[in-house]
Amino acid sequence: MDFAFSSDQELLRAAARDYLADRMSNDRMVALAESEAGTDPADWKAIAGLGWLDPELGLLEHAVLAEETGYALLPAPWFSTVALTWPLLDDELRGAVAAGERSATLAWAESGGPTTIADAAARSTVKAAGGALTGTKLTVPDLTSVTDVVVVATDGLYAVDVTANPGVVVPRSTIDKTRRLGELHLDGTPARKLDASLDALADVRRRAVALAACEATGVAQRALDIVAGYTKERQQFGRVIGTYQGVSHRVANTFVATQLTRSIAYWAAWAVSADDAQADLSVAAAKATAGENSVFACEQAIQCHGGIGFTYEHVLHRYYKRAQWINGFEGPGRKHRAAIAEELLGPAA
Amino acid sequence: MDFRDTPEEAAFRADLRAWLEGALGKDWADQAPTVGRWNEAESRAWSKKLYDAGYVGITWPKEYGGGGHPHEFQGIFLEESARMSAPDHIGGIGLGMAGPTIIAWGTDEQKKRYLAPLLSGEEVWCQGFSEPGSGSDMGAAKTRAVLDGDEWVVNGQKVWSSWAHIADWCILVVRTDPEAEKHRGLSYLLVDMHSPGVEVRPLRQITGDPEFNEIFFTDVRVPRESILGQPGDGWNVAMTTLLHERGTLGFALTAGLEKAVNRLVQLAKEPGPDGTRPADDPVVRDQIAQFWIDLQGLRFTNYRALTSLQKTGVPGPEGSMAKLHWSETNQRLTSFAQNLLGLTAQLDGDGAWWDGFWTYMQLRSRGNTIEAGTSEILRNIIAERVVGLPKSR
Repeated sequence: MDFAFSSDQELLRAAARDYLADRMSNDRMVALAESEAGTDPADWKAIAGLGWLDPELGLLEHAVLAEETGYALLPAPWFSTVALTWPLLDDELRGAVAAGERSATLAWAESGGPTTIADAAARSTVKAAGGALTGTKLTVPDLTSVTDVVVVATDGLYAVDVTANPGVVVPRSTIDKTRRLGELHLDGTPARKLDASLDALADVRRRAVALAACEATGVAQRALDIVAGYTKERQQFGRVIGTYQGVSHRVANTFVATQLTRSIAYWAAWAVSADDAQADLSVAAAKATAGENSVFACEQAIQCHGGIGFTYEHVLHRYYKRAQWINGFEGPGRKHRAAIAEELLGPAA
Repeated sequence: MDFRDTPEEAAFRADLRAWLEGALGKDWADQAPTVGRWNEAESRAWSKKLYDAGYVGITWPKEYGGGGHPHEFQGIFLEESARMSAPDHIGGIGLGMAGPTIIAWGTDEQKKRYLAPLLSGEEVWCQGFSEPGSGSDMGAAKTRAVLDGDEWVVNGQKVWSSWAHIADWCILVVRTDPEAEKHRGLSYLLVDMHSPGVEVRPLRQITGDPEFNEIFFTDVRVPRESILGQPGDGWNVAMTTLLHERGTLGFALTAGLEKAVNRLVQLAKEPGPDGTRPADDPVVRDQIAQFWIDLQGLRFTNYRALTSLQKTGVPGPEGSMAKLHWSETNQRLTSFAQNLLGLTAQLDGDGAWWDGFWTYMQLRSRGNTIEAGTSEILRNIIAERVVGLPKSR
């Protein structure tokens, strides 16, 4: 048994942490989030240069990077590309991604149709005819910042080059401005059928949930670090507020929630990477834990800040909104607990 | 990162599994649980069996009767024990607290004298830390020890001492220098519980059981050399004990919680008092899945902590987190199970549901957030020593 990342993986983590601390300070992240484009193409090139888009990276390397990009709230489509589309891309697209020339996301949700990747294969209504797609996809992550979209259609997976068909992208105002959602309006839009079949979505979903849980770990850790920093300094009634147990015990609870999230997220990342017998259970546990605990961590941090934590000026709400995205992604915790209950208790009468 | 057993670990697990099934019977885990506490003789006999088979002190040095294995093996032992719902060794305080402290601070003679009978269950240990006037605030201990020739003379009172009524030895924190600053005036003695002047009075808990005790010391004479560290080292020695209490305890807590989750699943699948199965209720299903997730969180947090334990040999303060999470989960779980039984949970005599198992477990669980550091103290430790907030006192 070995429960630690390898020394190479830890080196990758340290390098990512340093790079992001240097190049993606909270100030720059906020500036990008509030900008019209929402992202800087130069960052994408830089990430490719660092090797974060290399085809050689495995899921455990992705897990390390997901945690660090969550910690920095990196406003670039790294998660969409790597967590949502990676196994679906063909060699041509993957090579262009690795070079930092292309980026991708996945379009699965529809109105009155699929809301999760889990039910996208069975419920999608987007139709292909003569190498073109017709239909509408909702809540597509990073749609305005990627070059290509993998679309779940009735008969397979298609790649749509949105740079060649700019009219199909309809931006939507999104609370998490570092992961903006958009609508994809396809109307006889040219598309290329990918070799990966709809069955490949099951693998994508497991990877995506495990990586979202790692990202949530980074979000919760940042909320913890921010609240620890504040409660060490802020004084009221002549004392540092971190000496009041009403405050410090909230911080302690945030630490516990963060550690539990990390433990289960790493378990899921390993179990999926090794195709372990408990992979599906670990993914369900990770989704239920990571969403709820990262939201909890941000809420505790906001409360301990008092009024300043409730302002738009303070950075905490940005982490909070990402945690809320993770919480909603692939359905709420209770859906995943229902899957676990099915395994433990068998079907309900 | 590879959560699977190495070939050595897999072999150890297979041998252990076969041994447990042989020693307890294959269907041991499937029996309906009863309150099921063995009497002292049965418990000592089981402890000796475990010891003879090499399953006690698995990680302890071989020279002191241990197995000399890495900590993963202890984790495997507890996982397999939980899977079988196997009974515990009688010497929990000795194995988890006294033994590791003696290994860390004891002289060679002390290690030779105390460790082997502790492992075999021939000698049971108890802990004398808390006093009526000093519970969480151990530095305020008042029990005195005064040197008289080659003996310490101990006078005072300890409380909340689990298993003192069957204990042979006590790890005892005493004040040896009343003039020194409060933490510096303490010493750590190893006291024979059969000495004249030691009186144990069982305290009944809210379960009705006498598991813990008051100990009164009246002119108890203790050999001068029965001390860990030097006079005045008592606080530091006791901190070693508490780190081990909360650190290596993690695996035992995981095993205990796993047993409880398995029992809850078993309960939910049977028709309840009204004839319906709790397992068919979506709210019950959601809760049980959450308990299972809480269990996995504890399990993998412990496993991650192994890495630092293997590196330093000393459990980190993160152990406080495992104990905090376990105790509060165990309270929620047992209360939930008790509620499934409705008013029948009030019955605790013959013919009660599983002999009153869940009500016993629920009542006992209220002690979990008090014993071995209250949840409030543990949150202070996490906030101050792990997260780095300023001290609250």
